[in-house]
Amino acid sequence: MLRVVEFAVVLTALGFSAGCDLITPSAPPAAERLDGFIDGMEPGQVRSHLLGDEEFARRFSPSAGLGPIFVATSCEQCHVGDGKGHPVFDLQRFGRTGPSGFDPMIEAGGPQLQHRAVPGYPAESIPPGVTGISRFTPPAVTGLGYLDAVDDSTLVVLADPDDLDGDGISGRLQIHTPTPLIEDALALEAAGSPNPGARGNLVEGGYIGRFGKKGLTVNLLHQTVGAYHQDMGVTSDLLPEDLFNVQQGARASDPAPDPEVSSATVANVVFYLKTLRAPTRRRAAAPDVLAGEALFTDLGCGDCHVPTLRTGRSEIAVLDQVEFHPYTDLLLHDMGPSLDDGYTEGRALTSEWRTPPLWGIGIQENFQGGSAFYLHDGRASTLPEAIELHGGEAEASRNAFVNLDQESRSALLAFLRSL
Amino acid sequence: MRRVWWLLVVAVATPVATGALHGQATDPDGVYARPFIGRGDATALGGYLEANTNYFVEDGVGEGFSFEFRRFNLFFFSPVSQRIQFLSELEFEHGTEEIALETALIDFRLNRWVTLRGGIILPPLGYFNQNHDSPRWEFVDRPLVSTTVIPSTLSEVGGGVVGTVPLGGFRFTYDAYLTNGLGEGILDNDLGRTDIASGKSEEAFAEDPNASPALSARVSASRGVSRLGASYYGGAYNQATLEGESVDTDRRIDLFALDGATALGPLKLTGEAALAVIGIPASLAEVFGDRQWGFHVDLVAPVWRPTVQGYENAVVNLSARVEHVDYNAGSFSSTGASIGDHVTALVAGASFRPSPGTVVRLNYRRQWSRDFAGNPLVRGAGVQLGFATYF
Repeated sequence: MLRVVEFAVVLTALGFSAGCDLITPSAPPAAERLDGFIDGMEPGQVRSHLLGDEEFARRFSPSAGLGPIFVATSCEQCHVGDGKGHPVFDLQRFGRTGPSGFDPMIEAGGPQLQHRAVPGYPAESIPPGVTGISRFTPPAVTGLGYLDAVDDSTLVVLADPDDLDGDGISGRLQIHTPTPLIEDALALEAAGSPNPGARGNLVEGGYIGRFGKKGLTVNLLHQTVGAYHQDMGVTSDLLPEDLFNVQQGARASDPAPDPEVSSATVANVVFYLKTLRAPTRRRAAAPDVLAGEALFTDLGCGDCHVPTLRTGRSEIAVLDQVEFHPYTDLLLHDMGPSLDDGYTEGRALTSEWRTPPLWGIGIQENFQGGSAFYLHDGRASTLPEAIELHGGEAEASRNAFVNLDQESRSALLAFLRSL
Repeated sequence: MRRVWWLLVVAVATPVATGALHGQATDPDGVYARPFIGRGDATALGGYLEANTNYFVEDGVGEGFSFEFRRFNLFFFSPVSQRIQFLSELEFEHGTEEIALETALIDFRLNRWVTLRGGIILPPLGYFNQNHDSPRWEFVDRPLVSTTVIPSTLSEVGGGVVGTVPLGGFRFTYDAYLTNGLGEGILDNDLGRTDIASGKSEEAFAEDPNASPALSARVSASRGVSRLGASYYGGAYNQATLEGESVDTDRRIDLFALDGATALGPLKLTGEAALAVIGIPASLAEVFGDRQWGFHVDLVAPVWRPTVQGYENAVVNLSARVEHVDYNAGSFSSTGASIGDHVTALVAGASFRPSPGTVVRLNYRRQWSRDFAGNPLVRGAGVQLGFATYF
């Protein structure tokens, strides 16, 4: 009997040996994942972050408000591990270009296709007459709070719509005509800001769009309620009416009372997104990575993928006036005909895309099922392929990359993989 | 709540008598294989309880150490007459967090080979569903395949026929039932994936969720300590008509299971495997899996029979379990890669049985799971110490 007790005690003690990877698995290194909050947050902020994390992971059922038409059942499904999502959750957006410009075909269910539906309800399909369809692979959400906290004035300075500096790169602000939704989202965010006039100002008669592949949304609150609505079919205070399949000619909804998420839930998710840490780099000081970093600048890649930005005043201390390294300028750039899907948003041209942040790109495959799917729709399976698909304002940089010798090319790729 | 108190009062007041054996018309591995039955020929009260500790870590993150009072289950057995008997099981899970009437059946024995059964029954899907009492097992956690692909404990209202036929040194058993079946929770659940267990509902005790009964059946053959069983459960799970009008297409769930047991010297092996084929609307394809499968194999070996005063049949066992469940078998049409959403686990354990109906067990679990997209494995591990006993 004593032997049994001894055995049990020893086995239990082994089980409690935290940190021993053989008994209880330790966490993967921070540099190999993207989740987690910003260092230095107060315990109460961490609690709010974790509340938001829980809501971010929440899977909606049809009876809890999912749909009736949707793309994914939770935020996390598209942004697993807070990284770039799997192509199975690609968003498809469509529209048609006519004499009066681009038409997002709202009367036909556009611009976003909800190709999934709750049981017994018809999913949408691409309607006839479409001239442009674009697939948007869900982006990583890591470090979004930093981007959200960049002042409008910083982006205005970065923009060079007429290429006055003559470097061949313009960079335009995405500007959205004021709508009640945009103004509500900006007003709610400004209410808690220590410097309410720094972001969400009227610029060129509208508001700067900074999130989304073409800068569709103006801040993380706007982005969050839009994603709940368009991606999951979940209503909120700011978007209280359910989606329905207009292609069926019916205004049928789901049985869940609206709004299907409370303002507290939305706030927690926004706080979660704001306080996600920036990716940790790997091998940042290695000689080949440093050489690649220099080439990145020399080739002009950093003219759009701006390495360093600075936040403005923020009510969240860890985001208040800090430098960070996202490798984006949050501006629209013409990427040439090979990336022109014939679809657009706001005032962007169909060939214009908002510069995507490059941080986290080195471990992207950890969130896409083991294979990386680069560019806005995952059409490139390798970094060189992605670079070679750049055109338009990036054509000179692309050509410079193509002409690199093998050693320099490897160094540049090593740098990208270190991000 | 008042109903629960009433049931408890009845339970305490129920006389427990001694007398003849009952339940032998049916599979002795089944619902009558409980020690309190056979103590008498009058109404009998029995049950079991189980509790344990948990300490789990997943990729370096854990919730810490906690105690868990899993179940307190009450059994009632009554030999109503020479050929009629009643059995029920009332389960209290996590205190009174979840109270469920898992079994309330009545058997009409026609002859030694044929018994008609009706009420709240346990469909004979695999072995575990009808043999889920915790004190029977050397592991704190129930097998994943037996609680997810086979959604044990699966209790349904219906009726059928059950019997045992001895033949040429073998014992053959059969069960066949029609029941109300599973409901739309298989898709309408908060897991965001096909979840068969979510198809269970209390409402199905009152009426069939889709006016279409489910069929379940199992046959088994056993000889000595060896047993082999095959079973099936199938039926529609969605509501295709409302007020007589067609509002959806019929969607079915079909479950197939194999179970077995044998011994290699002192080593006892038990296991079951299951495959579920689920009808999924095209608009939910891939995200909601249309095939799930899994298995578990348990190995138990007695290693010591200590002489302890008051525990005449005490035994110490070493045990191991290997299990795997795939919640979404298939591949992505967009990439051709396999869909993830599967888990594999190894459990090592030691148990002490001071008597056959009581077990104290220590388990160490190691688990590897992959998410839907097929991203790098999430590694988990944990230690559980617990006990379970019949009374």
